[in-house]
Amino acid sequence: MSKEINPKRRNFLFTTTYSVGAIGIGAAIWPLVDQMNPDSSVKALSTTEVDVSSLELGKSITVLWRGKPIFIKRRTEQEIDEAKKVELKDLKDPQTDSDRAKNPEWLVMVGVCTHLGCVPLSDKGDYKGWFCPCHGSHYDTSGRIRKGPAPKNLEIPKYEFVDSKTIKIG
Amino acid sequence: MSEEKYIPGSKLAKWFDSRLPLLTLSHHLKEYPTPKNLNYWWTFGGILTFCLITQIVTGLVLAMHYVAHVDHAFESIEHIMRNVNYGWLIRYVHANGASMFFLAVYIHIFRALFYGSYKAPREVIWIIGLIIYILMMATAFMGYVLPWGQMSFWGATVITNLFSAIPFIGESVTTWLWGGYSVDNPTLNRFYSLHYLLPFLIFGLVILHIWALHIPGNNNPIGIDVKKNKNETMPFHPYMVMKDLLALLMFVIVFLWFVFFAPNVLGHPDNYIEANPLVTPAHIVPEWYLLPFYAILRAIPSKLGGVIFMFAAIFILMLLPWLDSSKVRSCTFRPIYKKFFWVLLFVVILLGYLGAKPPEGVYLILSRLATAYYFIHFLILLPLLGRYEKTDPLPRSISDPVLDKPSVIDKLKKAAATYEGGNVGSFK
Repeated sequence: MSKEINPKRRNFLFTTTYSVGAIGIGAAIWPLVDQMNPDSSVKALSTTEVDVSSLELGKSITVLWRGKPIFIKRRTEQEIDEAKKVELKDLKDPQTDSDRAKNPEWLVMVGVCTHLGCVPLSDKGDYKGWFCPCHGSHYDTSGRIRKGPAPKNLEIPKYEFVDSKTIKIG
Repeated sequence: MSEEKYIPGSKLAKWFDSRLPLLTLSHHLKEYPTPKNLNYWWTFGGILTFCLITQIVTGLVLAMHYVAHVDHAFESIEHIMRNVNYGWLIRYVHANGASMFFLAVYIHIFRALFYGSYKAPREVIWIIGLIIYILMMATAFMGYVLPWGQMSFWGATVITNLFSAIPFIGESVTTWLWGGYSVDNPTLNRFYSLHYLLPFLIFGLVILHIWALHIPGNNNPIGIDVKKNKNETMPFHPYMVMKDLLALLMFVIVFLWFVFFAPNVLGHPDNYIEANPLVTPAHIVPEWYLLPFYAILRAIPSKLGGVIFMFAAIFILMLLPWLDSSKVRSCTFRPIYKKFFWVLLFVVILLGYLGAKPPEGVYLILSRLATAYYFIHFLILLPLLGRYEKTDPLPRSISDPVLDKPSVIDKLKKAAATYEGGNVGSFK
């Protein structure tokens, strides 16, 4: 047996041992962390179909999708005009109205304030759109943030018109 | 500290103690030397221990009747209130107990601020204490969610959304916290699990807090080191135990006044409406003990900024032992800092008041000023005072301030004279 110490060999063994150990511990922890992510039954509820045929001009309905309220608003000409008139440089989160509403008459948004998640009230606030009572964010008739602490416009979910009177969200 | 070594009396005790020194430990706890000049502000450690045990015991019992499911949680609370024997009492003690716990912890914290108890060599006690305080806030927040009322639901929504302010990963972090795309059944379940766990972590940290305290011993109102073997200390039992018990009784009277005469005054009526994910109440307010931080959150006109400042307001306290560079501990000998201490206390109470008001007009302006002052106090005033404040001379021992007052000496002399005649010497 050679008594010679080989530091290179020893360091290599230490490094590989630590690495394998760290990977093993990580692999053991991951299931414990990931179990908190949305489970299959939650993910399964990812689409909702809504019949909007009875919605009158200027009115809106709120439906639940993935536990969140979705605002479906049938906008009047005046509201569409107001939304289109706004210049992009006046916006905190610049987005044109046509980017937000494929069909300008129908505005479909997640009804969750982008600040801290409250549900804004409709037809309220300085811009006649939505107003969040929690911390005072004002949204315009296109659901864009105009005033207050919220950083972003109301989110537009993935949706499509299945036929002329049914919207599929998700 | 000056303690004689414990030698067990009997052979059996010796046998046991050499294998597990529980008897030595209990002897230490009994004989633990405490400064003789501790005032009643020092009784809140014992009161807080009582609060923690009360919360654990009542919580344990409530868990036997509560159902952590969105369809049954609200109902099960009403079941506890109406059907369970003494359920109303146990729940009201638990709910008001949380408020009393925070009342006591705020007094405990401001006592440390006044008397400089966070300074060397007690920095570690202070930091462990702050970790306990942070865990208390997390526990209280999750407990408030469990009844699944409107305030529970929307409080949970707002607080978990704080994490969505984190750049890039914020969204995934909140989804992970929720176990879904909004606060829902998975959220309620995990909050229940953690609400049950955290008090035991707090209990463990309390043991470390006390352990760390028993290394240097108590600070005291004079703030100078207590001399060993100079008759400046008294054994914890029975002297401090009796004093703590008297204070505890006074505290329990206040506690039970709330429980029996105003059990809902500290809560919010909206929490007696079942959670509705489609309607946000007009005014969301957290429980009173979180209001100062809520005011800071809303004072900053940016989402990420508000969150950063809110957390900074808590974590800045961890740096306090180093931000306050003055060598003098007690406010008694710091004429300028003493004034700023009262200003800080006023500002924190003002922030609490503002946190309960809508964030508009004069309330918003005041919360911005108060927030600015809060940070100026810690980041600018304390380092400057540490360098430039002229402190009053410190007494040589904790006995001096009492005996130095001529009127006291005269009084003692007079009293002694009635027994011993005029020939009485100095008391020093």
